[in-house]
This record gives sequence, C-alpha cells and structure tokens, in this order.
Amino acid sequence: MIHFVLLISRQGKVRLTKWYSPYSQKERTKVIRELGGVILSRGPKLCNFVDWRGFKVVYKRYASLYFCMCIDQDDNELEVLEIIHHFVEILDRYFGSVCELDLIFNFHKAYYILDELLLAGELQETSKKTVARLIAAQDSLVETAKEQQGSISNIIAQATK
Amino acid sequence: MNPFSSGTRLRDMIRAIRSCKTAAEERAVVRKECAAIRAAISENDQDYRHRNLAKLMFIHMLGYPTHFGQMECLKLIASSGFPEKRIGYLGLMLLLDERQEVLMLVTNSLKQDLNHSNQYIIGLALCALGNICSAEMARDLAPEVERLLQFRDPNIRKKAALCSIRIIKKVPDLAENFINTSASLLREKHHGVLITGVQLCTDLCKVSSEALEYFREKCTESLVKTLRDMANSPYAPEYDVAGITDPFLHIRLLKLLRILGHGDDDASDCMNDILAQVATKIESNKNAGNAILYECVGTIMSIEDNGGLRVLAINILGRFLSNRDNNIRYVALNMLMRAMAVDAPAVQRHRATILECVKDSDASIRKKALDLVYLLVSESNVKPLTKELIEYLEASDQEFKGVLTAKICSLVEKFAPEKIWYIDQMLKVLSEAGNFVKDEVWHALIVVISNASDLHGYSVRALYRTFQTSAEQESLVRVAVWCIGEYGDMLVNNVGMLDIEEPITVTESDAVDAVEVAIKHHASDLTTKAMVLIALLKLSSRFPSCSERIKDIILQNKRSFVLELQQRSIEFNCILQKHQNIRSALVERMPVLDEATFSGRRAGSLPTSVSISTGAARNLPNGIAKPAAAPVADLLDLSSDDAPAPSSSGGDFLQDLLGVDLSPVSAPSTSQPPKGGTDVLLDLLSIGTSPPEQSNSSASDILCSIQDNNAPLASLNDLTSLSPLSANATSPASPAPVMDLLDGFGPNLQKNEENGPDYPSLVAYESSSLRMTFNFSKQPGNPQTTLIQATFTNLSPNVYNDFLFQAAVPKFLQLHLDPACSNTLPANRSISQSMKLTNSQHGKKSLVMRTRIAYKINDNDVLEEGQVNNFPGGL
Repeated sequence: MIHFVLLISRQGKVRLTKWYSPYSQKERTKVIRELGGVILSRGPKLCNFVDWRGFKVVYKRYASLYFCMCIDQDDNELEVLEIIHHFVEILDRYFGSVCELDLIFNFHKAYYILDELLLAGELQETSKKTVARLIAAQDSLVETAKEQQGSISNIIAQATK
Repeated sequence: MNPFSSGTRLRDMIRAIRSCKTAAEERAVVRKECAAIRAAISENDQDYRHRNLAKLMFIHMLGYPTHFGQMECLKLIASSGFPEKRIGYLGLMLLLDERQEVLMLVTNSLKQDLNHSNQYIIGLALCALGNICSAEMARDLAPEVERLLQFRDPNIRKKAALCSIRIIKKVPDLAENFINTSASLLREKHHGVLITGVQLCTDLCKVSSEALEYFREKCTESLVKTLRDMANSPYAPEYDVAGITDPFLHIRLLKLLRILGHGDDDASDCMNDILAQVATKIESNKNAGNAILYECVGTIMSIEDNGGLRVLAINILGRFLSNRDNNIRYVALNMLMRAMAVDAPAVQRHRATILECVKDSDASIRKKALDLVYLLVSESNVKPLTKELIEYLEASDQEFKGVLTAKICSLVEKFAPEKIWYIDQMLKVLSEAGNFVKDEVWHALIVVISNASDLHGYSVRALYRTFQTSAEQESLVRVAVWCIGEYGDMLVNNVGMLDIEEPITVTESDAVDAVEVAIKHHASDLTTKAMVLIALLKLSSRFPSCSERIKDIILQNKRSFVLELQQRSIEFNCILQKHQNIRSALVERMPVLDEATFSGRRAGSLPTSVSISTGAARNLPNGIAKPAAAPVADLLDLSSDDAPAPSSSGGDFLQDLLGVDLSPVSAPSTSQPPKGGTDVLLDLLSIGTSPPEQSNSSASDILCSIQDNNAPLASLNDLTSLSPLSANATSPASPAPVMDLLDGFGPNLQKNEENGPDYPSLVAYESSSLRMTFNFSKQPGNPQTTLIQATFTNLSPNVYNDFLFQAAVPKFLQLHLDPACSNTLPANRSISQSMKLTNSQHGKKSLVMRTRIAYKINDNDVLEEGQVNNFPGGL
C-alpha cells in the first residue's frame, strides 16, 4: 500500500501531499523535512529507491519536481515507478505539458486527479482516458453550477435594481 | 459586507506568497490572510466559503496551522451543490486525519452522500471515506459501501472496492461480509473494477483465513485464465504501457496468485504454466516489463516448490543483477534476500557480484547488498567474506562506516571459528573504524581476550603494534590500554609466543610510553583516561623499574579538573607511596571475566536481580532446560522491599571491573548511602563486585576486615559524607585516614583467616516426604561468601524423578547454584547439591532464601515451597 504521496520541488518546497496512513501534523512536517533532505541530496544516476524507517520511498524527478511515494517493504518498487509516471502523464494531458506553476496555482485540481487515480493507498484506475473523462465530467458539473449561480445572482441583481 | 472577506482571490494570494522574499514576509502575508478567513468564518460568510477553504489548503501545505478551518469543511460538505461538496471533501482529507474527533461529525453527511442520486457525489463520499475513515466510521458505513459494490456505474464499483479495503483493515471482523461480493468483482471486464477487485481480494486474504480458503477454492482457476488472457491480449491502446497491456493488472494478479499458491500444492500446480509463460515471454527492456518479471519471480519464490520454475526465477535475478540500471540491481538484491530462504545455494552462486554491490556508489544499493551479504555468511565462508568487507571498510565513506562496522563485528562474533581469528579481525576493525563501534563490541573483545589464557601474550603484543599506528581510534586505545595494564609483563618478556608472530622488543619503558601517549592524547575521553590510570597502577607493580615515572604520570592528574581523574590520581598515588606491602596483591590480574554472564547481559536476558547465574542454571542435569524464569521471578518478590545493593548485580560487574562506569556525578563520595564505607574502597580499587570465583583476592579480604570492625567503619562514613573536593583535594589530611585504616587492618586480616568460625547445620525445610538440610562452611579469608551443602533426604517409600531444587535470594545476596549430584532421589536416600552465597551486606543483614523443590512421583508433579530465614547469624 502507498502510505503517502509527496511532491517536492528542487528547492525543498512542498507542492502536494497526500496521506493515506494517519500521521499527525508534527509527524508530517518531520517526514517531509527528513525525506526532502535524503532525496534532494541524491545524485542523478543513483537508483530511485530509498530505505526509510522500515519503509521504502520510491521517487522520481520530473523537471524541477520530485514525485515521492512511500510503500511497504514487500511492495513492487518498479510498479510504483510506473504509477508515478502514469500520474505525470495524466497531469500532462490535463494541463497540456504540465509545469510546476500549473501545480502551484491549480493545486486543488492536481489533488482531484490524484483522487481519481489512487484511493486508500491503492491504484484505482489504469486507463488515462477514463481518468481524464471523469475529471472533465466533474469539472463541467462545477461550471454549470457556477453559471446557474451567476444567472440567478444576475436575476436577483436586476430585480433589485 | 466585511472588508476582509471580499479579500483576494486564491490566485492572488498564491502570487502574493510567492513574491515574498523572506520567510518573515511570507509569515506576514499568511497571517493577514488567516485573519481575513477567521473573520469570514465568524461572520458565517456563505459566498466565499469555498474560496477561503481553498486558500486554507494552500496555507496548510506551507506548514501553517489551519485547525480553525476544520468546521468549514463540514459546512461545505453539508451544503447541497457539487462544487461546494467537492472542495469540502478535499479539505476534509487534507486538513483532518482519522484521529480527530471532528471527523465523527461528518459521518451523517457521508451517509447521505453515499445514498445520493448523483454518482459523482457518491464518488466524492467514497473517496473521502476510503482515505481517512476511522474504525467507528467504518463500522457505521460498511453496509452502504457493500451495497455500492454492485452499483451500476463501474467507476463507483471500483471506488467502493478500494473503500472496502480501508474498512476491513480498520475492522477485520467485517471481512466476511465482503467475501462474496468481492469474488464477483473478479469476473468483471472493466479494468478499473477488476484491478480494484483483485486488490480487495488480496487484502481480504491477508485479514481472513476464511476468505483465503474461499478464493483459493473458487477463484484460482479463473484468475489464472484472466492472467492468461491478459498476457495474450492484442494491442490495446487504452491500457498499453511500453507494449504491454496493463502491467498494473498483471502485477496485481500475480500478487494475488502468490497468496493463493503459498502453502497449497494444488493451487500452485494450477498456476505453474502461466507463471512460466509470463517469466519467459515478457520483454525485459522496459521498466514496465521488468516490474512484471520482478513480481513474477516473487510469486515463483513464494508458491510451493517447482524446481524448473525456481531455476527460471533465479536466472532472471541473475540477469537483473548484472543489469546496468541501478533500479533493477536494487530489486534483484531485494528479491535475492527473499530467495535466501528458499534456495540459499543458488544465491551463493552470485556471491561475487553481490560483494561488488557492497562497494557501489549508491547508498541504497550498498545497504541492500550488505544486508544480503550478512545473510550469505556461514561458518564455511566467513573468512573470505570478512576479509573482503574489512578491506572495503578502509575505502568506504564515513556515514557508511558505522553500519558496515556493526555488521562486520556481529558476523565475526557469530561465526568466528577460533579465538585468535576473532581477535585478529576485531583488531583490524578497531584500527580501521574504532571510533564507530559500540561499547559492547570492545567490551566483548576484552572478555574474549580475558578468557583465552593462551592468547594473552599474543593479544597484548598485537594490540601494542596496532596501537602504534592507529592511536586515534578510541576503542582500540581502550582495549590496548587495558591489555597492557593486565598483561604488560607478557608484552615485555614475549611470553606465550606463537609461531606465526614476529618477535618484537618492547622495553618496560616503551610500554609505559604507549600508555602515556594514550592519556596525553587530546582526543582521549574520560573513560580512556581513567582506564589509563588503572593500567598505570597495575604497571607500577609489574615494572618496578618504571615505578617512579609512573608515579609522576599519575601525579600529573592530581590537578585535573575532572573529579574522577583527580580522585583516582590521588588515591593511586597513596597506594604507590604508602602501601608497597599490599600493592602487588591489589593490582593482581583480574579474574577471568565470565563470558556467559556478559553475553547474558548483552542479550538483556539476565535481570539483574536474579541471582542464579544463567550458566549454572543451564547446566542443571535435572532435565529442565528452561530454568524456570517465571517461578524465579515470583519467588524473588521477597526481595522487593530491600534497597538494591550498590554493586551486587552480576550484570554490571564487567562495567565495574573495567572501571568504566563513569558518569562524572557518580563519584563515589557524593552519593553515599550509609553503608558506603565499603564502596569507597571498592571504587578506590576500581573493582566493582568481586565475582564468586575471586576467592583469594586480598582486596576483598581487606574489605571484610573493615566490616568486622565497627568503629573505623563509622569514621569512614564520616569521611564519605564530606564533599568530594574537600575530602580529596583541599584538605590534605583527609586521604590519610583511609590509608591509616588500611594499615590498621593488616593484622585483622590474618586473624580472620585463621579462625573462621564453625556454623551449626540447619534443617532448612521439612515436610512429610522430604527433608532439606544445609551445612555451612566458609572459604578462608572470604567471610562474605558462604558455601552451603544442601542435602535432600527422601522420607517416603517412593522414588522422586526429575528432582529440581530452585532458590531465590534478595538483591543484596548473590547465589551460585551448582548442579545436584543426581536428579533422581530413591526412597529413603539422600542427594546433595552445593551452592555459594555471597552476602554483599555481610555483618548487616543476615541470609534469607526462598526455595522451591519440584519432582515427580510416578509422573505426577509435586511442588514444595518454603522460605528459610533461620540461618545462623554472622553468615
């Protein structure tokens, strides 16, 4: 099972955190600081796995961002690398060649996508198309709700004029 | 409207935070935003609630406290619109975790949303439930989730399946409710549902053996078929990864098969073919393919034995191991570790390659490889492997040295074929990385050297040589100093020369030089320096020619700022100056350190209050292998009200013997209980408790004679109540009384030795069936120790089998129980057993003992217990 997902920038700034196992606020901060130190200091040619407190952390760097996932000792590290790549591809498709800024300003959207991909620390969907379709459907639900609200407030505004 | 709440947009806030140049600026911006959000919350502002929560989430991600926003999540979730719910659930998952009580408030909203008509809202609720639900929520909402496993839309079914995993992990009792529905998920065609269904079944098998049996029986064949279809499926663009259709599903299927096949021959047979197919057909040039192969190898290793498949799997790992990609090599090492349990010889074949990996530039790989090498070592290959590792120790970088040294030490200790090899290897490790080893390691080395009487000379010479080159390795220095102190004469006279040794010429003053270097070395710490002082004291009697010089060195520490050193220096100086007559006896070689006690202490298996030495208990011929830890413990409760004697615990004696138990505040004079008079001397001699073997040590003779004499004891107590500094440094008269006391006891000592009193024998226990009689004797000159000969007489016409006598004593006593002469007690006959009892509070407290006698009459267990508190006085 995946215990948590972390996105850390090369400067050590947190871009996304998702915790599937209970960690208190204090522990979370500590985990991020600890892993940031370990992972950011590793050279580019080294393997993508770090043993950490009896768990394994699989990380991969895409441009300026490190995607990290913490898994159990007997999970498949190579598969997790594929999951990370899968996530990145979906983000890429959604934002259209994604960059760090997209994830900063639309962090909530990145979370929505992650929630369609992983649930309870397990992989939920292997088809990029399905994830894209589900996200698009929910986005359009939000849009219609906004429009409706807009039109209602317009009507009210005009009525009270 | 509140001037704050109209506030900035989310985008503007993020921009403002990003443009901050310092952390203080950022804090200011965040503080302002938080204030605005709090104001909006208290005004119950509806319009901007979702925007405020989004801001809070961003602020949370930066690490600022956001607990005040938790209730806002609940309000958003409770509102009716999809956009509000979406952001509300996201906030819930981000800002809360399952341990917060606020979470319980959301149960009702969740329940409503799980029954909502909009499937996307159901999806949101399932997602939140799956990610953060607590055990109570799991119980409350399990029926809803169970129902949703059969929902018409596959996207809800897959979410419900993963949600069920969370539920059964939180409440394993609920597992059986899910077995049937999850089995039906395995027949799905939709990949998302199938993969989550397989995952759910895997987790069900982990928590419930009932589920495991069910799936094994009903689903193994269909799973094999699914995997076969998957492996043979044509190109499917939607699920294709690097030319393989849905590697994720492959992997999940293999994982479930692994669990089903483990420990079951039929199921394993059933999957043989498909595993072979996957292992041979999957391409290994891309990560996705390798991930499947890796999983497949894991499955082959776990299911029941099939020789051919195992060979195939080991070959794949061999290929992995020689791969240039670090990731692949890492997983190969990882899997080889698991393969050790199944097929150790096959792993041994890759030993050379694995050893290379220990030297890899990648820390993760190094560590894995080292773990694996550790498993590979056996008696037969320990020598070459240790050689490799020690050679590498030299080249390895600093942070790896600690781990590596620990592993080497543990290997050498575990597999050493002979002592000399052990000593050699330890010397190499200490000279290379002596600053990285733990205290136990060099303590153990000293114990081993002390026990190897034929290697004393060899060890001290080897240490002397190594010391010349590696004087900066603290623990090496300590061992060397200790050995030179103990066996200095062997160093100078080349005693016990082995054939393999090159002779060296060391004069007495060379040896003193070495020790002097150690005390003067700037890096030496208190422990080392204190050990040096003891070594010097010992050398002063071994090397009379150097005794003046030694005295000078010792005196140099008279003004040391460290209390411990100052005190030792002054005390030792007094011994050197005033007590030539007893000095040689005082500094005799230490008795052989008890290996069993030491290793027992290291294993933590020897509670300090249990007086039966483990070694003795283990040797009892009475047929009871486990020396009844529990009865001993409960027998011992009679001692619980006694204050623990300061140094009677067997566990600490090594520490005390080595004189290394030095916390600066524990200087003997500062923390004296009234009985401390003896302790001052014990510390003075830096001999903690004398182990039972040490019967002829004149040190304890002196102590005993002090105890026999009440008046000087009182004055000793007066002395010890002075502050340490005034006692030792500022008032020059103070040390003198101690010494005078010592002088005064010379004659007493003799007297005591000659007329040891006789003690009447004692019927320690008597019942209708058994009598136990104690006869007492004392070893001359060691009044603390009483030898007891216990005689057990069978008063019945039956034969007692498996006879076992156990005894427990309070902490101030030390009991050494020898084996009984027989464990069978025929009718009307007697057997005897001897024991040795050392009273650390001799003269103050009398002996007391609780006993338990167990035996069998015609295979019926009999247990007799008693307490002996009528020991003759003065024992």
